[in-house]
Order: sequence, then C-alpha cells, then structure tokens
Amino acid sequence: MSADKGSSGKNRHLSNRAIVNLFIWPTLFLLIAMNVFPLFYSLYLGFTNYSAIARQAPVWVGFQNFSNILNDKQLWEYFATTGRYALMSVSLQTLVGFGLAMLVREKFKGGGILTTLILIPMMISPVVVGLFWKLMYNPTFGFFNFLLGFGNPSKAPDWLASRFAGQPMPGLALFAVVIVDVWIWAPFVMLLVLSGLKAIPDYLYEAAVVDRASSWFQFWRITLPQVAPLLLIAVLFRTIEAFKSFDLVMGMTGGGPGSQTELIAVNLYRQAFLGQFRTGPASALAYIILIVIIAISNLYIKYLNQSKGEG
Amino acid sequence: MAHFEDTGPRTPVVEPTRVDKVHPRAKWGKSIRVLLTVIVAFIMLFPVLVMVMTAFKSRADIVTPPPKVFFRPTLEGFLYLFTDRSVLSPANLDAARANPGKLDYWQQLALSNGQQINGPSDYVGRLKNSMIIAGTSTILSVILGLFAAYAFSRFKIAGKDDLLFFILSTRMLPGVVVTIPLFLLYKQLGWNDTYIGLIILYTVFNLSFSVWLLKGFIDEIPIEYEEAALVDGYTRLQAFFRIVLPQAVTGIAATTVFCLIFAWNEYAFALMLTSERARTAPPSIATMLGSGGLEWSAIAAGSLGFLIPVAIVTFTLRDYLLRGVTFGAVRK
Repeated sequence: MSADKGSSGKNRHLSNRAIVNLFIWPTLFLLIAMNVFPLFYSLYLGFTNYSAIARQAPVWVGFQNFSNILNDKQLWEYFATTGRYALMSVSLQTLVGFGLAMLVREKFKGGGILTTLILIPMMISPVVVGLFWKLMYNPTFGFFNFLLGFGNPSKAPDWLASRFAGQPMPGLALFAVVIVDVWIWAPFVMLLVLSGLKAIPDYLYEAAVVDRASSWFQFWRITLPQVAPLLLIAVLFRTIEAFKSFDLVMGMTGGGPGSQTELIAVNLYRQAFLGQFRTGPASALAYIILIVIIAISNLYIKYLNQSKGEG
Repeated sequence: MAHFEDTGPRTPVVEPTRVDKVHPRAKWGKSIRVLLTVIVAFIMLFPVLVMVMTAFKSRADIVTPPPKVFFRPTLEGFLYLFTDRSVLSPANLDAARANPGKLDYWQQLALSNGQQINGPSDYVGRLKNSMIIAGTSTILSVILGLFAAYAFSRFKIAGKDDLLFFILSTRMLPGVVVTIPLFLLYKQLGWNDTYIGLIILYTVFNLSFSVWLLKGFIDEIPIEYEEAALVDGYTRLQAFFRIVLPQAVTGIAATTVFCLIFAWNEYAFALMLTSERARTAPPSIATMLGSGGLEWSAIAAGSLGFLIPVAIVTFTLRDYLLRGVTFGAVRK
C-alpha cells in the first residue's frame, strides 16, 4: 500500500474542487449539448418554414406554424385520441396494478418468483411487444379471440381493424392498444404500490384489529390513504409516458385503421421524418406537446402536494 | 392476516399473526389467494408463451385457425430470421434433393421448403450493430454517471439540488422534441446513420438515469470508510477507486444492466437517425417481410431472442427493479 501511495503523488495535487469539476462536467456538458441546445434550436425551428430535405435556408415565419396548429382540427383530433388513450390506459393500469399488488402482497411459497415473472412485459422492447400482440389479435389465427371464445372469425371482433363481425366499430383498435399498454405497465404500478404497502407500519393494522375494524374499513382508512402518494407518482409517470407513446402504436397499428390510433407523437414523427419532412411545423408541434406534458405534470404535482398537505 | 372480528376470542387480540390460532377461514383465504395469483400470473404471461410457441412453429401451423397449442416444433423461424434465401427452380430443386448428404442442418431445412440459403440476412448485421451500440453506450454512461454521482454524493456543490433536478428533467423530455434538431446537427456532422451518433445519444439518454441511480447506491456507503482511508494517507482519487468502487459493485452492476436494457430496446431514435449501416435490431424486426405478409415465425424468433436476455436480467435484478424503473427515486 505504501508503495502505491508514493507512485501516484501527482494525484495529491488535485484539490477537492478540481475533482468535483472533473467528475461532473463531462456529464453536464453532454446533457447541455444533447438536450439543452436541441431544445433551443427546435424552438427557433418552430418559427421557420424549414424542411430538412429542401435546399433552402430556414425562413422566419413568426407564429404562423403555431397558429396553423391551433387551428388544425385534425391535429386536435389526434390530441383528443392521445388524451382518451392516456385516460383509459392509465386508469386501467392503476386498477389492475393495484389489484395485482394486493394479491401478491402477502408472502407465500413461490410468490417472489411469480411477482418477478409478472414484471417481464415491462422489460421487453415496446415495438416488439406491439408486433407479437398483432399476431395475438389476428382475427383468423390469433389466440386472443380464440381464448375469448370467438370460434368463427366472421362473427368475431377484428380488433386492429376496428370491426366487429364485419361491421365497423370505431374505438376498438384504440382499446386494443390500451389493453396491451395495460399489459405492459400494470406491473409497474404493482411494483410501486407494493413498496408503498411495505412501508405501512404494522401498528396501524394492529390497532384496527384491536378496534375490531372490518377489513373493508381497514382498506379504505389505512391501506388506500397510505399508498396514495406512491399511486399518484405512478399515475404521473404513466400519464407523461402515455403522451409520449410512440413505439407500441408503431409496432401494432402504425396509426391505423384510418387515423383511429394516430397518437400525437406518431403524427409528429410522420410530419417530421416522412414525406415532405416538414421540420419547422413539426418543431412547433413538438413544443406544443412539451407544453401540454409540462402543464399536466404541474397539475398532478400541485394535486400531489395538496393531498400531502391535508394528510 | 387473520380476522377475528366475527368468531374470534372475546378479548382483544394483540398479536394478529399468532400461528397457533389461525382461523380456518384465514387458511382458506390464503389458499384461494395463492391460486388466484397463479391464475393471474398465467394470464399475464400467456402472450409470452404464445411468442415462444410461435417461434418454433412452421409457417403452416401459425396461420391455421384455430390457433394450435400442440404442434411439431421446427427451427424454421430462426432460419428465416438469420438467413437470406431464394426459391429454387424445379430442376435445381431435384438436383439438390438428389444428393442431400453434403448439406448441413440449416440447408436441409431450407431445402425442405424448396429454398436455398444465399447467406446471412440483414438481421445478423443489425444484431451486431445493436450489441456494439448498446454495449459501448452503456459502459460510457455508467462510467460518467459514476463519477458525477460520487461528486454529487460526497461534495458540497453550489446549486446541487437544482443541478440534480436539471439532470432528472432531461429524461422527461419527449424524445421527438430533441430528435429533430439532433437530426439536423448530425446531418452537419455527418453522424446520421453512424455508430458514434447513436452511441452518444444513448449515452446521454441513459446518463441522467445512471447518475440518479448510482447516487442512491453511493449515498448508502458509509462516508467513514473514505475518511479513515484519507487519514491513512490515501488521496481522494485513491479512496474513490480503492474504497468506494468495490463497495458500489452491486449498484454499478444493477445500473449497467438497466442502461443496457434501455439501449437494447430503444426504437424511436434508431428509427429516425439510422437507415442502413448503423440500424439496430428493434426497427428491423418490424419489417421482417416474407412471401405474402409478415413472416410471423421470424418475428417471433427475433422477439424471443430479445426476450431471453431480458428475462434473465429481470430475475437477476429483481431486488433493484423498483429503484431502476423509478430512476432511483423510490427505494425498497
């Protein structure tokens, strides 16, 4: 040891301040270069009519892109689809995840392995998940309808085409995507709720038993309030992600049929990277999505703090 | 937990989990709960099971209604996934069938479908790209994250909380917002469709996560160990490398694997910023076309190949999963 100390004498001259700078600046530099700079660049592009494949320099057009977006009924339709998708999938995930957590809450033999197995969907690439669910949903040879008991394909739902027994049934495809999103992310809610459940002090339940409180009462007055903060964190995380959702839909429907599952992030990709490469308008749209996400997160956080203040 | 509210003893029970007095109803409740859990887990895992089955089905078995649970397993899916084949003309087919002795297993499998193998498919190269890009970016983000996490954990830094929040907030940005400018920047630098472009992007993408997760692990290492080492004449750097690093090994391993999963599964950036040379596997699984539509067995085989490492990792990391999926914000 003493020999080592002598050999690295140069390091002795590094003050703590030098070490701090050496340790954190590479990280900060990369984050600024790859996140902060693009953020400002894309704000600038939002005010231009630039197209990445045109040979023209960006031309400043002021607020035109933004006003076009705000007046574009089609785009608001996509926002509404995204909102419906987020609402459905987040609420179902919360319910299913909470149920799962209550189910595996108490330890039993093999319970740990089962809990871990349930987490697998979350770890697979969403685009791959989307693809193999497309196979599950296939009306003629998929397992999904088969297990639901639809033997005859002509009288069964064709989920991803939004048709039921040959008749159009709008909303079915979006719901099919929601089912898969719930399949992937309910385990995430379960994980968070479980950690919340573990943190509830035993004496609360012991006191309830002493008072002969019913299990119903215990659930509403002890379990739920104690888990609520973590549940809200899960809802916040999932809502943000739902508004950014892209991979799953690309793997399953590509936005179809028609534009029934065209989420806003999918449409943004279409505008920015396919066809005419409408870089300027797409940047403006990206900013509007960002603002919507920030607004929603702030509402949640405000609500979260309020409920904490009351409790 | 036993419930005594209906039939329990008259006096208050202070020990709710006395094993000698578990009410029969509680025992029943437990068995029902276990059974229910098993059923739910089976339902949750059924799609995965379907994927595994599909990977080993022949093309005919996949598209026959109703879906088959029992079938003769074949490696066709893997053949379609990894090789580029062409259909043999009847004359060549007869010639090839005449002396099958020289062919290896895969060639025979192709021959039984009237095809010959021309060479490896695009997918092989893309899998290699995935490994190089995900591997390199993971190593970089863990190393950079480790240094930053140590500095944030141990030193007084002006505006520390704000900096940490800034690092976290970068992860909340929708990827598409930064992709457009990065696409243009990369175009200027000639980085579109290159390894370096995706490696740097994935490194940054994982960096915020790696800093937060590792900071949590390093915070748990008692600072007294380093102080003792410093008193013994170690320099700060020596203390970091000899004392802190060995203690943080589990945390580093967990972080590495989480970063690897993110980079390995990433789809959107790869789709937008690569096309041919540096394209990774996830965007190319989606375009696995066979004759007459999607080649399901190849897609399932590719997905299975993606699933196996992930399943292993899920088991190895089960104690850290909560930390991992919540950026280290919530601990067990």
